Amino acid sequence: MSKKDIIDLNKAQQIPKSGSGTDPDFDTGDGSMKAYERFRVVNKSERRVDATKLALGRGTFTDDESPPGTLTVKMLWSPHAHARITRIDTSEAESMPGVACVLHYGNVKAIPHTTAGQGFPEPSAYDMLCFDQKVRFVGDRVCAVAAETELQAARALEKIKVEYEVLEPVFDAEQALAPGAPILHEAPDPQGIADTSKNLAAHLAADIGDVEQGFAESDVVHEGEYEVCYQQQSPIEPHVALTYLDENDRLNVRVATQVPFHSRRILAQVLEIPVSRIRVIKPRIGGGFGSKQEILVEDVPALVTLRTGRPARWCYTRTEELVSARTRHPAIVRMRTGAKKDGTLVAMEMIAIGNSGAYGAHALTVFSCTGGKALPLYRCEHYKFDARVAYTNLPIGGAFRGYGGPQGFFPLEVHMDELAEKLAMDPMALRRKNMLRPRDENPLAVALGEGKEGYPQIIRSCGLEQCVEAGMKAIGWERRGSFDNSGPKKRGIGGVCLMHGSGIPGIDMAAALIKLNDDGSFNLLVGATDIGTGSDTILSQIAAEALSVSLDDIVIYSSDTDMTPFDTGAYASSTTYISGTSVKKAADSVVEQLIAAAAKIWEIPSDGLRAENKAVHAPDGRSLSYGDICRSTFYSHNQHQIMDHASHVSYECPPPFSAHFCEVEVDVQTGGVKIIKYVAAVDCGVAINPTACEGQTEGGASIAMGWALAEGFRFDERGKLINDDFSSYKIFSALDMPDFETIIVPTYEPSGPFGAKSVSEIPTDGPAPVIANAIYDATGLRFREIPITPEKVWRAWREQQ
Amino acid sequence: MIRFEAMVNGEQLIAEIEPHEALTEVLRRCGLYGTKRGCESGDCGTCAVLVDGTLVASCTLLAVQANGHEITTIEGLARGREPSAVQQAYIDTGAVQCGFCTPGMVMATHALLSRNPDPTEADARQALAGHLCRCTGYIKPIDAVMAAAALVRAEKEAAGE
Repeated sequence: MSKKDIIDLNKAQQIPKSGSGTDPDFDTGDGSMKAYERFRVVNKSERRVDATKLALGRGTFTDDESPPGTLTVKMLWSPHAHARITRIDTSEAESMPGVACVLHYGNVKAIPHTTAGQGFPEPSAYDMLCFDQKVRFVGDRVCAVAAETELQAARALEKIKVEYEVLEPVFDAEQALAPGAPILHEAPDPQGIADTSKNLAAHLAADIGDVEQGFAESDVVHEGEYEVCYQQQSPIEPHVALTYLDENDRLNVRVATQVPFHSRRILAQVLEIPVSRIRVIKPRIGGGFGSKQEILVEDVPALVTLRTGRPARWCYTRTEELVSARTRHPAIVRMRTGAKKDGTLVAMEMIAIGNSGAYGAHALTVFSCTGGKALPLYRCEHYKFDARVAYTNLPIGGAFRGYGGPQGFFPLEVHMDELAEKLAMDPMALRRKNMLRPRDENPLAVALGEGKEGYPQIIRSCGLEQCVEAGMKAIGWERRGSFDNSGPKKRGIGGVCLMHGSGIPGIDMAAALIKLNDDGSFNLLVGATDIGTGSDTILSQIAAEALSVSLDDIVIYSSDTDMTPFDTGAYASSTTYISGTSVKKAADSVVEQLIAAAAKIWEIPSDGLRAENKAVHAPDGRSLSYGDICRSTFYSHNQHQIMDHASHVSYECPPPFSAHFCEVEVDVQTGGVKIIKYVAAVDCGVAINPTACEGQTEGGASIAMGWALAEGFRFDERGKLINDDFSSYKIFSALDMPDFETIIVPTYEPSGPFGAKSVSEIPTDGPAPVIANAIYDATGLRFREIPITPEKVWRAWREQQ
Repeated sequence: MIRFEAMVNGEQLIAEIEPHEALTEVLRRCGLYGTKRGCESGDCGTCAVLVDGTLVASCTLLAVQANGHEITTIEGLARGREPSAVQQAYIDTGAVQCGFCTPGMVMATHALLSRNPDPTEADARQALAGHLCRCTGYIKPIDAVMAAAALVRAEKEAAGE
């Protein structure tokens, strides 16, 4: 089927109700949510299925297992931002005690690939090799050593002699795109780069209507330039992989990953061995936030294992994590918006220059989401979005929770506040006048798909108005402007609106398998990857609800490429919505099998039989427990295994909506910004587990608060990261986190499992703009760039006076 | 090699260690994997253990410095297979997300409650200040500390202390 056929077949109006989550009793958006009354397991704050072992310290993470004879890998990293290796001498290192294997461009085959860990074919350029003769940032791979101990490996690294031809680096994205800039990636053109001769990793453009005409028709046109900084995901568990050959000489890879199946596919590509020779096992994962979507630490130990036959382990240090893993792409975003006097938006333009660093992982798709998630929040006739993403000699951009959304919402939502001021309107009133409503079409969904044309989207569930209302009430919006700010500590309040997505339409696919056990319990095998998101719990709740059993009756096992069905992985806010629907479908099918089996035991027609409370009930009052049915089908009559699997892919991508508000106190004597209170009101459809949903919201927001106020990279003049550990790269701590209120606005998404949409990424979109808006309200200082550090506030205040 | 000998979770632990090895490494090598490694510079707190009842970052403490001392790790808190009151509070409040920083936070909560059974929320935040977490935003862990304090007090009352 051609792409055009797919799109034609899936015109929004004709989209079949995906999954089996449709509830006929629910009329989207009108508040009659009878489905909520019937839930027994979902929409309940069940304890997490994995919490006990983790609280006891028994959760087994990747590095909590060490086969005898495991070699430790250490990497020599590039000290130069841009250089060509002219000579590498590893002879002395190789003769050092304990050294088992040394790898570099001279002895590892050059196979262009991307580490981006996406579906196939990847929308990221094949611009990386395991080891390259050229290094493109301070922290690029040069040479790996595997030794008996970490100390031996580290000592051997010191003995590697490398000569470099140092090349001129370029650190600024706009300079990199300008004529005459040093070129990072030379011919022959690696596949998928927009234009190597311009350092252009990716270019996106979308035009709806004609913005110039729109600006001409507007009463007010507002312009602004905004800049967002680097941020590093900083999962507390660093990247780590352990590789070994099993008794069948298959390569086993135990890795902290969000994407076990992509990991297997990409490893097969770079190792040139069949997928069938690789098993990727996802143990417990200590957070990922996008960084573990990247295939970063699997290839080197795998090469060591294949060459030596021995287990090998590679674990990043914190500094390696900060420098050489992945980051949130920094960007400069220019916005222009035209509006009528009454606040009606006419035209919106967003022009982004992204910095992808040395390689182009996720360059195209992150910036597709910058326009694609942010701009459609407000309705107008004319849109223009353009993003050029540059290669520079700095750390590499990648997937980071929010995935381009935060880079779009900071400019958009600061810009909306500025426009409101120009129009002399309340900023929330301007938003309410223009924001998406149920049954609106997402105007940019087709133009900005995942590296290709997307699918039309009509908003079915939307609680944004309720989010705004509840959030304004909780923060006390009416107090805005009434603070006594005559002293040095000044208070202000800000608000923003947000939307995100649920999975990548037409691309993300998940599968689940459910089988019945003797006691009426079920094994649930899913490809979905719980990296701390709670998806093992959420998916178990969905299964338990659909099967009409308790959560204890579900035994979940997730993402092991030998044992579970496929899933694209834990990214794109897809697990609850996509994987959850696959679980619901499989469970519904198992219920049908249970009913059919009971009907056969009773020798009656299956009509009128129903499954409830772990038993099948007949209209005449008889019932058979699931355990009875299982024992019968295992051992005596109609013998078979009751089980089924289901896959799910969605052409719909229902956005969760949210409104964030905060109150800040700015001390103009020190420049310090203290968040006094933060309110996040979120519509994620039915919250499958409200406590987990709060946890996602609080955690996602805290990440972005750090981005807004404290994080960001600082480099020396040679491009070396200065704040490269946790004492200099400050993520939020318990002392920084404000009083926080999460308000879950109940809606019901007809296309989601039991009415659910996503919730994980949307909270990262709000903090940067809402804090900036609140600081403006408090001080009159308008920050169009983050991080808003005390120094910047202090200087800006001095200048203003 | 140096002989390391200490009471760990109430049992004698003997190991041959290198002088440069951090306590985290030795504990993990001896199978006590509950103590995690997150930064190896004492910043993230996931490696926290109690040494003679005092909370320390085991990644910046040389194992030789702990020689002969009494050490409690996350594995030593449970009552048999059952969670301690503090661990139960973390489970009940939804404070465990990925769980990688949880051992350190739980150790810190134990340390706090042993010296202050009735902490304020500010005390709870202070106790968790040295424990970085990227998942939770700390709100539920703070709830967990307060819930744990209430649980421990209730247990003590029930025991007539």
